[in-house]
Amino acid sequence: MTAIRRPAALRPGPVLGAAPDVTESADAYRAAGGYAGATGPDDLLAHLAASGLRGRGGAGFPAAVKLRAVRDAGPAAVVVANGEEGEPGSVKDRWLLRARPHLVLDGLAQAAAITGAARGYVYLSDPVAADRVRRALAEHPPALPVEVVAAPHTYVAGEETAVVRRIDGGPALPAAKPPRPFERGVGGAPTLVANVETLARIALTAARPGQRTRIARSTLVTLAAAGPGAAPPALLEVPYGVTLSDLAAEIGVPGPGGALMGGLFGGLVGAPALGLALDPDALAAAGTALGCGAVRFLPAGACPVAVAADAVAHLAAESARQCGVCVSGTAAVGGALAALTAGTARPGVLDDLERWSGGLRGRGACGLLDAAAGLAGSLLRAFPGPVRSHLAAPCPACAGRSAAQCAERLTVAVPEVTEPAGLPADDGRPRPPPYAAPHPRPGPSCTPRHPSPRTAPAEPSDPLSSALLHPHHQRGTP
Amino acid sequence: MKLLLDSTRCQGYGLCQEHAPELVELDEWGYAQVIDLAVPAGAEDTARACADSCPNSALRVER
Repeated sequence: MTAIRRPAALRPGPVLGAAPDVTESADAYRAAGGYAGATGPDDLLAHLAASGLRGRGGAGFPAAVKLRAVRDAGPAAVVVANGEEGEPGSVKDRWLLRARPHLVLDGLAQAAAITGAARGYVYLSDPVAADRVRRALAEHPPALPVEVVAAPHTYVAGEETAVVRRIDGGPALPAAKPPRPFERGVGGAPTLVANVETLARIALTAARPGQRTRIARSTLVTLAAAGPGAAPPALLEVPYGVTLSDLAAEIGVPGPGGALMGGLFGGLVGAPALGLALDPDALAAAGTALGCGAVRFLPAGACPVAVAADAVAHLAAESARQCGVCVSGTAAVGGALAALTAGTARPGVLDDLERWSGGLRGRGACGLLDAAAGLAGSLLRAFPGPVRSHLAAPCPACAGRSAAQCAERLTVAVPEVTEPAGLPADDGRPRPPPYAAPHPRPGPSCTPRHPSPRTAPAEPSDPLSSALLHPHHQRGTP
Repeated sequence: MKLLLDSTRCQGYGLCQEHAPELVELDEWGYAQVIDLAVPAGAEDTARACADSCPNSALRVER
């Protein structure tokens, strides 16, 4: 069970709010100053630039720069609230849509005002979140048409070009870039694909003039620990600058030996890095990443090789299987790490991992292959001793490891958010059916879930660039 | 001139590398990697032939 925690030592966060375990009603949101529209779009854009708000999907791109790019790319823009959270260790986006749909929809309306957008979408896979968002739209109809689009819950579905393809009626799979969505997105229009937490912070920036810096410099984090019997995971809102060690202590992991950072995207860091501040710039300077704010700590006794093997096995299973190099590359890295955990690795495996950690970067249409390469490289850098010892024999933590359950081990459960007391549980209105996956979808596993590229519909020839192919995360996301 | 690769289309035929070993190399699985996005001066015709050689239109040149 994932707890929502508000540490006594920290001021309550503006996004987590006063009642994070109950869905906020429109009345409560308005009573707290929401939907007021007191800040004009040009002023709001200037405030976002001044506060330096970064996107919270994973890439940490400055929100104001992206808004301005969409605004300047042409008329009839489209805005998308991206709530499809493919990182298995992150729950903050689904919590946000379940608990504070009005905050996200207010932010979407503000983004539409800045970019001149005529329509908006909320893109998600969580059926509970979809229900809360539809109810919020009925409670407080927005000024522009907003449609809820359901996606499959996969690692790549929230990547910005996958978002555009799915909204346009295609598969939720990444496309080659350029063009990027800000140039040509939904229906060919300039499109802002913004993470839902980013939009929440945009709405708060408009509503709370005295807190703009604090809104830009705090973030939702999903904290968990690796290994059986580890401390339960937690969702928190923390200011930039808190150290990783402080966060580990917050969920009851004293003296961790390292951490898996940024979902699967920031790679592994060792114990010396735990003194680092949780800050996108400080983490980037140290060679890791805040990403979506998901951190999995390694308690004493947890094996970093096993954690890396789980992470890459999950990425290999989640490859969209569009890029041959991603299919082959994730399988190669995953196979090498699995052999290390089993004590069956060849002597040359460390050279292979070193070569792949550099040579596979930037070669896929999205960032999934980069994440696998980064995991391999960061494991070698942060944990050279444990890696070498696995050449001789698996460690005790690896000995009982079942490779088939990598997804279960990486997945954090979304916190429960109850309905507000004043609303009926269901208003009886018909609702669109949930997204139906085109392929049989087993439960979480480490087997490929996407069809072979040869059976997938071919795309028309897009403009392409290997050099400009670039991690989404916007995913990463953006 | 730029030589651009769509990695979702590359099927590892390898004809690009036969046409332009100075512009494209193949990785250990046979998938193409453009050595330098910017085509060196004087190699423009080679880059065009290289892009034309792909049976799956994974490569193209752009001014």
